[in-house]
This record gives sequence, structure tokens and C-alpha cells, in this order.
Amino acid sequence: MSALQQAVDGEAILAVRDLSFYYGDFRGLNQVSLDILKNKVTAFIGPSGCGKSTLLRTFNRMYDLYPGQRAEGQIIFHGSNLLDRKQDVNLLRARIGMVFQKPTPFPMTIYENIAFGVRLYEPLAKSDMDERVEWALRKAALWEETRNKLQQSGLSLSGGQQQRLCIARTIAVKPDVVLLDEPTSALDPLSTAKIEELINELKSEYSIAIVTHNMQQAARISDYTAFMYIGELIEFGNTRELFVKPKQQHTEDYITGRFG
Amino acid sequence: MNRYSRRILTNRIGIGLSMAAMTFGLLALLWILWTLFYNGFAALSWDLFTQDTPAPGSEGGGLRNAIVGSLLIVGVTTLVSTPIGILAGIYLAEFGSRSRFAATTRFVTDIMLSAPSIVVGLFVYALAVATLGGFSGWAGSLALSLIAIPVVVRTTENMLLLVPGSLREAAFAVGAPHWQVSLKVTLPAVKAGVLTGILLAIARVTGETAPLLFTALNNQFYSTDMSQPMGNLPVVIFQFAMSPYDNWVNLAWGGALLIALMVLAINIVARVLFRKKSSD
Repeated sequence: MSALQQAVDGEAILAVRDLSFYYGDFRGLNQVSLDILKNKVTAFIGPSGCGKSTLLRTFNRMYDLYPGQRAEGQIIFHGSNLLDRKQDVNLLRARIGMVFQKPTPFPMTIYENIAFGVRLYEPLAKSDMDERVEWALRKAALWEETRNKLQQSGLSLSGGQQQRLCIARTIAVKPDVVLLDEPTSALDPLSTAKIEELINELKSEYSIAIVTHNMQQAARISDYTAFMYIGELIEFGNTRELFVKPKQQHTEDYITGRFG
Repeated sequence: MNRYSRRILTNRIGIGLSMAAMTFGLLALLWILWTLFYNGFAALSWDLFTQDTPAPGSEGGGLRNAIVGSLLIVGVTTLVSTPIGILAGIYLAEFGSRSRFAATTRFVTDIMLSAPSIVVGLFVYALAVATLGGFSGWAGSLALSLIAIPVVVRTTENMLLLVPGSLREAAFAVGAPHWQVSLKVTLPAVKAGVLTGILLAIARVTGETAPLLFTALNNQFYSTDMSQPMGNLPVVIFQFAMSPYDNWVNLAWGGALLIALMVLAINIVARVLFRKKSSD
């Protein structure tokens, strides 16, 4: 089964080629190839354990933290393979940001939560940093709620606000790609709606890859959708087409709820 | 007897035994505290803080030199063991979790945690006192540091291991290098726990006597020179409590009360800190 079944048109910010991933001896991904398009939202769906989070975590080399996990193949980012040994992973992670399932504010003030990442690579003056923090909080639709308590702990915010803080923190670094790993699965419907709205606005400036368990969410917010199953990319294409007339029986069974 | 009533009986016997055990332990503790407070408060006076330890046969006297000496020795111990302990703890939890070197360090730390303090005292005596020309406050701090460091290392490591992996990943995900992740994100996340560990280490060494007997020794006079023998509460208590002079025995009670109150205060602060953190 060739992985790139439906060619997608547009400029690829990440070009994944023949990517396999191993947890020790266990193969979590098998020969995955696809393009993450620039300024588009790409959604990854599939049952638990299908490898969609694993795939996302190869994009910023998060797996590097754990010995025994390794990736083979290529992910081309700005002309070079980011899986390369010589790739500076810290720099890579500043350019490919990630938001996690559970909100993870750092144990510092709201202001510092955002300034922390920026300061790592840009030595901004105080006034420029203030501007950047405001800019990021506005982008994440959190400015109005936090403008008067920037010096309070990030942990004092509600769950939904914390998650938007994490998004603000990620975009404050001005990455090219934003990876979202089930960003709303721990949130209530209202916060979820806010974040979905946010994703829609962010795609004009960022390329977004999102893993979600919620198929309606994938249908609502993404331009392209990839369906994965047991470490394989089964179908990849235009979201509308994939949901309306899937080409693979597997995909159809999954999106109609016949297995999962 | 049916099964149900037998179960009730077993339950009652179990509760009865554990209550008896608790009462026994608590009684012993209360007895000790009561004796200490009864004799200690009687010895408490303004002179205790303003006068130095008296010469044999003279009247009155206080513990000023010993109190100041203890504060200095324990203070230096804290300054030395806190950074070393925290950095070693960070290494064990964040960097060398799988290395052989870390495993060895962890093993040695465990041994040091349970090493008899008199052995530590003898070691420092052989290392620093016998070779470098005599008893000194520095040697006392060195001996106490050897006892405090493993406590700080262990608590720091254990606290850091409680940090959820997601927080660590999130810090890496903004592009932070490992040392910044450790110092600015994971360590602050467990600040209260680490601080508690430091306080408990201080509480532990405040009452240590054996390591000071061979190192700081004692000094009858007021002195802040750490390179000389130095008066300190535990050794003064040890010497005075067994002396034939009434005023010395009295002072020993006063000193014992001071140490007990200090340790109690440190423990309470540690508890409050830790509770505040866990309710966040």
C-alpha cells in the first residue's frame, strides 16, 4: 500500500519520507510518507495506539529524551533532514513548537511563562519583551483575561486558560510549525471551541499539525486529514474528501464508527 | 461463633493492639518532652543568652558561646551542603538516571544516610583534625556537611522524580537546553519539597553530638573564629549533663530545651511549606 495515495498540492513545510519508528524492538510507525503543508491545518486521526502521537513527536525529536526510541527515514524541513544526528534539537524545537494534551504551565508567572522561551533565542530589551508577551497573549485570545495579572503564577489560571497560555508560549517563539497533541481532550466544550477558533486564526501564519481523537474536530478545523492504523498511514488527503468519500474501506469503517 | 462475629472480634483485637502500640510510643515521647520542658524552662533565663559557659566551680553562667558556635557551625554546614546536595540531586534525577556513575552515587548516598554519625566524626578527625593541626569550627562543619548532604541529595532527587514527564517535555518543547529545563522549570516546580529536605537536614545536624566531639571539640570562651575549637550546644550538653556541678546540669537542660525548640520550629516550618505546596 503506497502511503501517498492522494497527492496534496501546495508547499510542504515538512516532507515525511519512509519514516519508521521504533520503541526498542517494537515498531510504532511503518514507512510513513506525507507532506505537512505550509499555512494549512493537518489533522491526524485513528484509534489509540495507531502511531499518530508518535508521528507528531518525531517532528520535534521529542523522542530523543528517551533512550531506546529511534526513527528511521527522512523528515525534510527547510531543505535538510531533521532526523539527522547533526541537527541541533533545541534550535529545531524553537522552530517547531508543541502543545500537549494536558496544560503544562511552567511554575512561574504568566509573563515569565511566555518570556522564558523567547529569551532562549532572542535577547530582547524589556520593552520589546513586554510587546512580545502582549502580542502572544493577544494571538492566543488570552490578553483580556490576563492583562492585569501578568505577575501571577501561570498555575492560577483555569484549565482552558492554561492551555491557551501554552499556545501563547509556543507561538511567542515564532516557530514555523505548531504541533498540537490532543490539545482539547482535557478541556470543557467552551474552552475547546475557543481553542478551535484560535487554530483557525493561527493558520495564516503557522503550519499546524494536530492529533485528535475527536473526528468532528478534525472535520471542523483541518484542511487535510491523515488516517492512521497500527503504525501505517492508511489514507491522507483533503479533509472534506476523506470524510465524505473515503477511498479506503478501513477509513470508511473508522469514520462511520464501525470499528475504533 | 459465626464468621461475621469472628470478623468483628478480629477487627477489635487489631484496633486494640494498634491503639496500645500508639499509646506506648506517644507516652514515651510525652514523658521525654515533659521532663525536658520541666527542667529546661526552669533553666531558661536571660543569662542563658548573655553569659558564657562558666568555669568549674563558679556560679551562674550561660550558653552564649555555645549558641553562637552552634549557629555558625550549622550555618556554614547549610551553606556548604545545600548547593552540593541540590546539584547532586539534579544530576541523579535529570541527567545520569541510567548511568553507572549515578547508580554508584545513589548507593554511596544511601550508605551515608545510615552511617553512624560517630564514624563520620572519626573520619573527619583523621582527615582534617589530626593532619591539619587541631580541632576547629571548620572541621565541625565538614563533619556535619557529610551528614546533611546525603539527606539533601535524596530529597532533591525524589522530589524531581515526582515532576510529571509532561512538564519536562513542555520545557524541552520550547527549545530550552537541558540545564535550563532543570534549573528554571523542574527544580522550581518542586521548590517547596526541596526546601523541606534542606530544613530536615538542618534539623538533623542541629542535634548531632558525636561528629562534633572529634572535630569542633568545645570552647569555654566566646569565639567566632572558625579555625579554632568552637563551643556548641550538643557537646556542652554532653559535658555539662554529666558534671557534678548543679549550675552546669541546669545549663545542660536549658541547652537541650533550646535545641529541641529549634528542631521543632524547623519541622513546623517544613510542614507548613510542604502543605502550602501540595494544596497549590
